[in-house]
Amino acid sequence: MSAIWTLIDLLAGRRDPATLDAAAWEEVISVARAEALATTLAERLANAAVPEAVAALFADLSAAGPVQQTQALWEAEMARRTLTPVGVRFVLLKGTAYAAANLPNAAGRQIGDLDILIDADDLPRAEAALLAAGWEWVKSDPYDDAYYRNHMHELPPLIHRERDRMIDVHHTILPLTHRARPDAAAMLADAVQSLPGGNGSFLLLSPPDMVIHCAAHVMADGDLAGGLRNLWDFHLLADLREDEWQRAVERASRQKLAEPLCRCARLATYLFGEQTVRDNVSLTLTDRMFLRAITARDDWARPTRPILRLAFYIRSHWLRMPMPMLARHLWTKWRKA
Amino acid sequence: MRHCIRLAVGPVTFRIGSDWARPIAELASLYANYPASADPANATVRLEAARPWRRFIRPAVTIGGDFTIPGALPLPMSMGLLAAEMAMNLQMALGWRRHLLLHASAVERGGRALIMSGVSGSGKSTLAALLGESNAWRLMGDEFTLLEPASGAAYAFPRPVSLKNEAIAEMAARVPANRFGPLLKATPKGDIRHLIPSAEALEVMHEPAMPALILFPRFGGDVAVTRLAPSELFVRLTEASTNYAMLGEAGFTALTRLVTTVPAFAMSYPDSATGMALVQQCWAEAMA
Repeated sequence: MSAIWTLIDLLAGRRDPATLDAAAWEEVISVARAEALATTLAERLANAAVPEAVAALFADLSAAGPVQQTQALWEAEMARRTLTPVGVRFVLLKGTAYAAANLPNAAGRQIGDLDILIDADDLPRAEAALLAAGWEWVKSDPYDDAYYRNHMHELPPLIHRERDRMIDVHHTILPLTHRARPDAAAMLADAVQSLPGGNGSFLLLSPPDMVIHCAAHVMADGDLAGGLRNLWDFHLLADLREDEWQRAVERASRQKLAEPLCRCARLATYLFGEQTVRDNVSLTLTDRMFLRAITARDDWARPTRPILRLAFYIRSHWLRMPMPMLARHLWTKWRKA
Repeated sequence: MRHCIRLAVGPVTFRIGSDWARPIAELASLYANYPASADPANATVRLEAARPWRRFIRPAVTIGGDFTIPGALPLPMSMGLLAAEMAMNLQMALGWRRHLLLHASAVERGGRALIMSGVSGSGKSTLAALLGESNAWRLMGDEFTLLEPASGAAYAFPRPVSLKNEAIAEMAARVPANRFGPLLKATPKGDIRHLIPSAEALEVMHEPAMPALILFPRFGGDVAVTRLAPSELFVRLTEASTNYAMLGEAGFTALTRLVTTVPAFAMSYPDSATGMALVQQCWAEAMA
């Protein structure tokens, strides 16, 4: 069995960790690192019987998790102190949101940039406030800047000059040129306060919207980089009440996101679900292509299946922008390269 | 990958894969005296061809592994050992969490450690190698010193000492030829030759030592020894640490304890003999 499937089975609880030998462990650890799932695995197997060296590594990783959460939440607090005084209401997204709410997928989840969602009308005020508080543009290229502003769902990335941390300010959850039409206004209106028991008090997407955003992120936005981690997020976030699921499906349908939502549900169940539920999933041919792309990594953690990966990369661009625009964009990028 | 080897250096076990036989054979020879480890590796390194055809045509070694930095230039096959060393260092610098990592050499004497930090060319490797060859000291490492946050103890990372330029001849005059790796000429870091630590140093590589003295050597210029205040030492060591920020409070606590309990000096010296004498003098003072 390939290491990436061993990793999936370990996360899903289908594989007894005691059956892994030393060679299998080092492959799994390397692949888990490449998929940004090493600390998640460490948390999952915190009480399992594993070799001493693996237990020591898992303890290192688990100890680093809370440090990372503290640093991410501090960054959210810095954004609050900057944006609240100028009257900009913001919602936390992705890793920082999971940490703030202490959701089941938060333990060990890697957190990169701070992602926030604000009302599009608040963009100029938010931008001015962030720049005044020490954030700076990462890219200074005028074409990239104009591209972000005209076509993307977020401001060009900003980095804080003292803390060296990035913030992505979103005003919707998918590029403006994307064929799906997410309703950011409704998501902002339905945002909920993080519950006591979480870490600090921040606005978060409602549970159905959080699941939709996660699915949009996996299926519609990228080239499936980090796909396995995002599907693990989805698997744990999608544990909703029946009425919440219904709302998620209705809402996704209105935003032309029902297909990604359903595909995510099938893939996440197939990858991480319990055997009885898993047996009832019928994967389409396209689903199987997704699975092959998501698991395209060898036991040395190198990417494999280059043609399939390229196809998904092209698809991500094709979904993101109409053909004439794509041609113009690639031409400009190629000339500048 | 086609060729691979597992190496244990201090608490780290590396799994190193390569597209070619040569770097693995060179590593096997350089690390022949290291204790074997049956543990699963906790870090993976890849020495790979940037493009499939580069395996055969003008082969060049690209550094890969669990942690990589984008845009690292490939090295010619003759410098495979340097590529492996850089890749192993990179896994430590970006991935290791168990200890506070200091970019510093260290030697041990009577269970106490002398830590020497400084930029490339400061002489920290050469001084550590020279001390390691005298009978009184054990070489702990020339690149990283590992501090355990809970106890404050220093742990060894005794990979072969990377001697550069003039230091090569200086050590060759003192150490038998069978303890050296091949000479790597005109690398991006100058001429490099690896010195294999003594059998005694490798045998006790898992034994910690309590830090007793920290030096910042500076090769070149007149003799000068300046005591460093804890505040300056703190700032210098945060700069010398690759994972201080990642460790959060544990890193802060460990470093604060180190700078408030261990004396530190900046030390300029014109040549190795003077440098060694100054080190001994500082050590004697620290022990007094």
